[in-house]
Amino acid sequence: MDLSLSQEHEEFRKEVRAFLDRYGHEAPGPEDHGLKHPSRLAWQKTLIENGYAARTIPREYGGYGGEPDILKSRIIAEEFARAGVSTGLSGQGISMLVPTLLELGTEAQKQAYIPPTLSGEMIWCQGYSEPGAGSDLASLKTSAVVEEGHFVINGSKIWTSTAKQADMIFCLVRTEPDAPKHEGISYLLFSMDTPGIEVRPLVDMTETANFNEVFFTDVRVPVDQIVGRRGEGWRVANATLTHERGMLGDPNAAYARLMSIVDIMHEESAGGERIIDNPVMRDRLVRLQARVTAMQANGLRNTTARLKGESPGLSGLIVKLMGCDLNHDLAGLAIDAMGELGTLYGEGQYLREAGSWQSRYMYDLGLIIGGGTAQIQKNIIAERGLAMPREPKPARPANS
Amino acid sequence: MEFALSEDQRLLQDSLAGTLASLCPLDEVRKVADGDRQTRDAIARGLNELGIHQILVPETHGGLGLGLLEAALAQEALGAAVSPAPCLGTAMAAAAIRAGADDAQKADWLGRIAAGEARFAIAAAERTGARAGAGIAAGPSGLTGKSLFAIEADTATHILAADDEGGLHIVEAGAAGLGVQAMRTIDRTRVFSEVSFDNTPRETLAGGNRPGRASAAMIAVGRVLVAADTLGAAQAMLDKAVTYAGERKQFNRVIASFQAVKHMCAEMAGEIEPARGLVWLAAHAGDEGQDDSELFACLAKSHLAEIGTFVARTATEVHGGMGFTDLMGLHYWFKRIGVNRQLLGGPERVREDAARLQGWA
Repeated sequence: MDLSLSQEHEEFRKEVRAFLDRYGHEAPGPEDHGLKHPSRLAWQKTLIENGYAARTIPREYGGYGGEPDILKSRIIAEEFARAGVSTGLSGQGISMLVPTLLELGTEAQKQAYIPPTLSGEMIWCQGYSEPGAGSDLASLKTSAVVEEGHFVINGSKIWTSTAKQADMIFCLVRTEPDAPKHEGISYLLFSMDTPGIEVRPLVDMTETANFNEVFFTDVRVPVDQIVGRRGEGWRVANATLTHERGMLGDPNAAYARLMSIVDIMHEESAGGERIIDNPVMRDRLVRLQARVTAMQANGLRNTTARLKGESPGLSGLIVKLMGCDLNHDLAGLAIDAMGELGTLYGEGQYLREAGSWQSRYMYDLGLIIGGGTAQIQKNIIAERGLAMPREPKPARPANS
Repeated sequence: MEFALSEDQRLLQDSLAGTLASLCPLDEVRKVADGDRQTRDAIARGLNELGIHQILVPETHGGLGLGLLEAALAQEALGAAVSPAPCLGTAMAAAAIRAGADDAQKADWLGRIAAGEARFAIAAAERTGARAGAGIAAGPSGLTGKSLFAIEADTATHILAADDEGGLHIVEAGAAGLGVQAMRTIDRTRVFSEVSFDNTPRETLAGGNRPGRASAAMIAVGRVLVAADTLGAAQAMLDKAVTYAGERKQFNRVIASFQAVKHMCAEMAGEIEPARGLVWLAAHAGDEGQDDSELFACLAKSHLAEIGTFVARTATEVHGGMGFTDLMGLHYWFKRIGVNRQLLGGPERVREDAARLQGWA
């Protein structure tokens, strides 16, 4: 067991710190709204040029072209988190589509889509879930029928983040209605400007339209806008779902939250007593600190496994379930530490940190549900991690 | 950077697990729980031959020269097997002697541990929360007072006692004025005692210049080891629950195929995996002599107390009525975890220590 870094990695950490000292002030702040705000695009360009974003993506596709180095990626994440500086754009185009295209896209698709996606000029949304296909995603019904060299798409999607701002969508549709459900799906890419697409914002409990519903009526998409072959969409999508689950439950984020809560508990007081001086609140803080530290240790185990090219196994399978739960509980403690002040939201004289802890508390509940619900995660842990049997399929009625 | 067990550490785990599987299957544990001392001594001899007491003794003193991480892996295996052989006390004593003895004492006592001549009990519960009337005063003519929940005092050749100022003293078993009275707890796999002193002669550990430093270091080591013991016991309970659920049938199917049961098991695994990393991290911090190693010990001890309790309860529930009976013996693990939760400080007290170490209290 050795938690020290090699000379090369220690030097790299210094480089990252020097970069942040010199350029950190150029990073976009929370006031720079809008996915294509000039300061965001400029920062993304700076990050890619210096190898802090799109690090391992080849130069020919607009990346930095660096060698994969899990420890360097980890150092970048740690140092940027410590400095409170944005690590650049992180939409579903960058985090999910780009890795998928690199793995399964054609050369033409890679050249057309990866560079503008990385630079932030092309925004993507993900068309997976449907009103009738949530946890059972493979039962999706949005249809695509081939006519005159085009897929003609009809149906609807839900939980589509950034659909209003998106230029493009990567979308799962049923192209082979007679095939078994996992084998009848195709993975298409098309413009959100295509005629026949309607986007309706879906306001959620945070009072924000983080998600949308998207409706397709006779949407015509050229047949070459497919990733993989017809009927292979499920396999293509699973390559990206792995990427999504990897993002949720990041222990660095939990640690940053814990440190913020320590500050809040020292700054806020109630009844003339600092919150940190209240033994019950202090106990809750340390209890969460232990959970955060455990998840950090778990993250170290998973990083080590990946460095060795091994699958992390059970310690990897539990990250989404346990990490999202922990983040939710952290936000809950922050709110309790502020008491009534913690319920303020939107605007007002007494508002703390722009009401962000309430919106995190609620949004994290969304993350516990989204990206594979906690219950689906538990099925996966039990079946793949503990080798417990799948739920038997209910017997079909005799006359059907 | 490598946060994983080495090949040697895995071999240590395997050999301990293998030895324990043959030395103390449940039937043997039951015998010891019912008072069979010969069986307990046989298990203790087997572990001794494996060198379990030499782990924390440096090679210069005849030991294996390994670290807290290896000691924690050993303790984890003992917890998994609910081993009834004494072990924790001598490991804690080795840590205390390394931290708080002078060179001559180290050579003497660590050498005697390595040679199998000294087996220690620990009388220090008052350092983590003294009960009214308990405590040890170190006077010019000896120790006076009493300590509760002393660890493994019935079989030890020596008792390492912490006085009320945090000074550490070695008392020989059978010394004048020494009394040892067993305290029956829920856990029949281990013996805890009330130890009383009346001007009892002792040898005071003379190294180190800050009073209380050595006893704090010893308690930190003990907390990591107790956390590891719970980790092993909790993993064993989860394994048993998964196995049982895969065999037990209701409604014409194994209960492991019911989501209600699978989710209980997944929740246990979700708690155990990060907790394993935390125990490693705390042990590693101790081995590296990190400034925050006491903090990590507190986080590991309190966290394992919480998740241990959760697993003990949930795994018992997965076993249904059988879990509640004596037939399966599952209660030995349940009770071991229950005692570990309170040993060297219950979770709330330990978290308060963690807060104090960070200047929050």
